[in-house]
Amino acid sequence: MTALDQLPITLKHWMLGLSFWPGWLQPILSALLSIGPIILVFALLFGLVTVIERKALGRIQNRRGPNRVGIPWTKIRLAGFGQFVADGIKTLTKEDVVPRAADKVVHFLAPIALIVPVMLAFAVLPFGRNMVALDLQETGLVFFFAVGAATELSVFMAGWSSCNKYSLLGAMRAIAQMISYELPLILSTLTVVMLAGSLSLVSIVQQQASTLALGIHAWNVLTPWGLAGFLLFMVAAAAESNRTPFDLPEAESELVAGYFTEYSGFKFALFFLGEYFGLFAICGLGITLFLGGWTAPFAFLNVVPSWIWFFGKLAVLLGFFIWMRGTIPRLRADQLMNLAWKFLLPMTLVNMVVAAIWHFAGQAGWPGVIRWLFCAALILGPYWMLGRGLETKVGKRVYRYAS
Amino acid sequence: MSVAFVIIAGLTAASAVAAMALRNLVHCALSLVVMFAGLAALYLQLGAEFVGFVQVIVYIGAVAILIVFAILLTRGMEQPAPARITTATPWAVSIAVATFVVMAGAAVKSRKFEKPSVAPAVQASPDTSKQGASAISVKSMGVRLMGDYVVPLQVLGLLLTAAMIGAVLIAMPERKGDGGGGEEVDRG
Repeated sequence: MTALDQLPITLKHWMLGLSFWPGWLQPILSALLSIGPIILVFALLFGLVTVIERKALGRIQNRRGPNRVGIPWTKIRLAGFGQFVADGIKTLTKEDVVPRAADKVVHFLAPIALIVPVMLAFAVLPFGRNMVALDLQETGLVFFFAVGAATELSVFMAGWSSCNKYSLLGAMRAIAQMISYELPLILSTLTVVMLAGSLSLVSIVQQQASTLALGIHAWNVLTPWGLAGFLLFMVAAAAESNRTPFDLPEAESELVAGYFTEYSGFKFALFFLGEYFGLFAICGLGITLFLGGWTAPFAFLNVVPSWIWFFGKLAVLLGFFIWMRGTIPRLRADQLMNLAWKFLLPMTLVNMVVAAIWHFAGQAGWPGVIRWLFCAALILGPYWMLGRGLETKVGKRVYRYAS
Repeated sequence: MSVAFVIIAGLTAASAVAAMALRNLVHCALSLVVMFAGLAALYLQLGAEFVGFVQVIVYIGAVAILIVFAILLTRGMEQPAPARITTATPWAVSIAVATFVVMAGAAVKSRKFEKPSVAPAVQASPDTSKQGASAISVKSMGVRLMGDYVVPLQVLGLLLTAAMIGAVLIAMPERKGDGGGGEEVDRG
């Protein structure tokens, strides 16, 4: 089965080995053959996810969702999965309206400043065995967060340059939210770095490929700190990618569409694309750090190619996000900030200490079950105490500005 | 001097000039961001991956956002002032030139003393000394921060904490009827 597992790599080497390429073209071609499939696969995934999301939301809300568009001039409907092609053509041919008061240059640059860093993030994610575009041995994870931090400014550029109060309000909300949730996001991944002793995403996955008892692979999520870290990471990831229940920046009932209200045509599509690509990238990072990357859950399932595992896990996580979007209402702004600063941040700090205790307890030779339960108790105690602080206290209402 | 260096350095210098010369404050802040990115690219070109990416996280991800927020919350919506030359201009230019000359002189001189200046830092951990300055790993950087430089790190942390507490105190609204006395309420 290694032939199927390494099929993309073999294909790339076969294409590079064709005799008619001149020598100077080889490095460029090799880079293109690494980048091209990533963009193609994720663009197709983006198209499919938009349709699946609308269909799933339709099911949750007791309606049908898109089910008409198929192959033109035939009776084949493909259950509506031709919708994303039609949407793409529509956004490409729509008029690009720029407000007269807008700052034209910044308005034009904002979608580009969003989409370029988001796509760069895919460079360091290992999609399968030996399948990574750029293996940064020393700084893989730092690279991911660096390009993530670069997207925040594009949100401001879009909101400010539109010269529209809804855009600016959306941008302010988005930036406040992204900065607040970036801390728990980064701190929750630090536990993995501490225990793996490496910032390279490739070696983090390889360490999770070792087996525990019964042929179970040693995914980080199977440890108490890994489970807590994964949950904290997913909450922060939902906030970073502006997904429900953290979709305040583009709350359509309050702000039209948030920071991209004044964008139309293909620029709007770029924002849409950037948002979904950001979601894919951050889910990919969660899979890589906590869910064992491309490794199978059990050793006997290694016959299934590694990239199928990665994309299968990605599909599960995306399905989970769609489900959340259909079922959970939006947070209020003060609840959003309280959750980040009073709950997630202290929990990530506690989790780091617990990860250190886990490490030293393992060195001291504690039996596995006791070590697991002890560390889990150390996490659950602070969880219960911090959670009590988040409960709404019902008292007499005070209207500060209205009285 | 490679072509990449010329392009990056030119872009960095040009955006630094633009950050001072443009009339719209938000445009200035955005060109400052381009300059930060150019610096990060220079670090990457020198092989300092970690410093380059941390430069992006800290300066583009945090400092630039802070600047932009400060502009928007204070006077960002004002009409940009017209360009004018005041009596302060020649002074400012001469101070800038003098600073540049001093710094450039120090940089040119330091090249001759490159090896002695690196040596004392390397002595602390002999296992990394063989790899030379360019191959300093993130791990050895962390070990140094937690070992040799732990006191400066803690002092910096204390300073930043004090600054943060001060900022919170300034921003905190004064409460009415909180036992603080009547005269404070009037100011709020």
